[in-house]
Amino acid sequence: MTSTYLTRPQAIDPATVTGWGVDADPRNDPTYPIRERSGDPGPGKVWDRPTQQHPQVEVLRSIEHNRLPAVVGTSTPPSGLSGMMRRAAFHYSESDWTHWLMLLGADRVNMVEGIVTDLARGKVPNIPAEMGVRAAWKHDRTALVTKAAVTVAVSALAIALLRQRQHRQRPHDVRPVHGRAGGGRERRALAGSTT
Amino acid sequence: MLAADYRGPRRVRADHKPMPTIQHPRDAIVRVTRSCICGSDLHLYNGLVPDTRVGMTFGHEFTGIVEEVGAEVGNLNPGDHVIVPFNIACGQCHFCKQGLYGNCHESNAQATAVGGIFGYSHTAGGYDGGQAQYVRVPYADFGPTLIPDGMDIEDAVLLTDVVPTGYQAAEMAGIQRGDTVVVFGAGPVGIMAARCAWLFGAGRVIVIDYLHYRLEFARAYAPAEVYDFREIDDMAVFIKKQTDSLGADVCIDAVGADASGNILHTLFGKKIPIEAGSALPLHWAINSVKKGGIVSVVGVYGPTGNMIPIGNVVNKGITIRANQASVKRLLPRLIEHVQAGRINPKALITHRVPLEDVSDAYHMFSSKLDGCIKPVLLPNGV
Ligand SMILES: NC(=O)c1ccc[n+]([C@@H]2O[C@H](COP(=O)([O-])OP(=O)(O)OC[C@H]3O[C@@H](n4cnc5c(N)ncnc54)[C@H](O)[C@@H]3O)[C@@H](O)[C@H]2O)c1
Ligand SMILES: [Zn+2]
Ligand SMILES: [Zn+2]
Repeated sequence: MTSTYLTRPQAIDPATVTGWGVDADPRNDPTYPIRERSGDPGPGKVWDRPTQQHPQVEVLRSIEHNRLPAVVGTSTPPSGLSGMMRRAAFHYSESDWTHWLMLLGADRVNMVEGIVTDLARGKVPNIPAEMGVRAAWKHDRTALVTKAAVTVAVSALAIALLRQRQHRQRPHDVRPVHGRAGGGRERRALAGSTT
Repeated sequence: MLAADYRGPRRVRADHKPMPTIQHPRDAIVRVTRSCICGSDLHLYNGLVPDTRVGMTFGHEFTGIVEEVGAEVGNLNPGDHVIVPFNIACGQCHFCKQGLYGNCHESNAQATAVGGIFGYSHTAGGYDGGQAQYVRVPYADFGPTLIPDGMDIEDAVLLTDVVPTGYQAAEMAGIQRGDTVVVFGAGPVGIMAARCAWLFGAGRVIVIDYLHYRLEFARAYAPAEVYDFREIDDMAVFIKKQTDSLGADVCIDAVGADASGNILHTLFGKKIPIEAGSALPLHWAINSVKKGGIVSVVGVYGPTGNMIPIGNVVNKGITIRANQASVKRLLPRLIEHVQAGRINPKALITHRVPLEDVSDAYHMFSSKLDGCIKPVLLPNGV
């Protein structure tokens, strides 16, 4: 891309800008002075609570809440394996990484569950369409074609390599001792890499 | 009814779903007339927000016509055409009483760190959103505002989020007359923050992005001096050079978790989520602002942690101000600005898309194709 912005002079005279300064407020300076406390007690920490909603579906609650908020969302209640993971995640606080990592894990499992549910309903999800392939084809064809070509090439290469390996490994199949030793080395290497 | 349906990272489709129903006496059911896709939705779409469940309907920027109201909603009637703020707020808790409507304590069971937000994962309450023909609107007696007579519906729909968020970004920055303001991100939010910086009296407004079509738009619309970060070797040095080595008075992060431009942040923030999103613009903001300066953050990040130079925040005495925009608090003033012609929201809208084509709209907006700045969905036709 050719350089454009760094070279052109761009100074703007504020006086020419529509609405300049209409909301200027010298009191809105959070850095100075450090806010003075007036002694006003401010808004109370207890309030008249809205009517409590009683959800008909399972709603998970952060353990940082001491009660269910008056109003809750009821979209997509937890279910299946991802639901079990989410319930487990809610044993940890929002301040605990475990909580969020388990939820992210559940999200990935949920994606697979989504495909299974589709199939169980006799619907084969049109994944390229869901990913907006039409827009990619219309406005970003080179990227789409490159991506597709790379995917095909990589898969072809992987299949070729796998075939070759299977072919070479066949004689070893009769010597299980070797195989076990190899597996042990692999495990050690993996453990080492995570510490 | 037809509704957008999240199926997993980068997969959204239009599906038939059951009609929403009143579940609380302060609920309303609203028939959606316009519904935008937001940069915030992209964090969900990319799978960066924990507890984003398959089957959820996204969408927190919508206008609609009231269909039905619950027993405790006295101020709305079926047929009213309303702006629905993206925050779900009760109006009476400790936080709402301070005008912190993005931080309501009575609308999000799953987390205390943020109030409920329409269609924004279970981490923001688990409410289905407005990228659908109909939507359940809780606390309908408090949030929705009638679209003023004569206001264009496309201006109205941007008052649900983009305009208040851009405005609050500038407001939180405590801009004083003559200040140099640097805005990272030339998406709808960054563009609006740059426009509003002038209203607070900025002396210079600089916008940073790498998408030239967006920079060109910001240059004319805000207006602003614009720069492509790919043409800049070192952001801190560049901003220091622009400001006699002092640094900018104010830096605004209007990018958030999906920031690009640095391999490490991309790897740790987006590929293997060790960071809660790529925090590059925040890093730049802290290191480019002057000592005692202000960093205003509206870019959205995940709930875990990010690699930012917090030591410099201490040493430079920087004030960081951040929040989800408090839409309801700002609406009266912003409606005045729109009516007075000081802000022209609808100019940001580049694409109008039927809900059926939601998959393509997401892909186009996410990959920044076809000059897309702001796409709006038409769930019930035009
Ligand atoms: N706090 C709030 O209330 C609130 C409300 C709405 C949106 N948001 C957040 O604001 C952010 C922007 O929203 P949007 O709708 O404008 O999104 P967008 O995706 O349209 O725009 C983001 C822009 O940032 C640019 N960008 C990427 N990396 C960058 C970098 N390193 N430096 C500078 N620019 C970079 C992108 O090219 C893009 O133009 C998002 O994080 C969104 O979640 C916050
Ligand atoms: Zn938004
Ligand atoms: Zn509240």
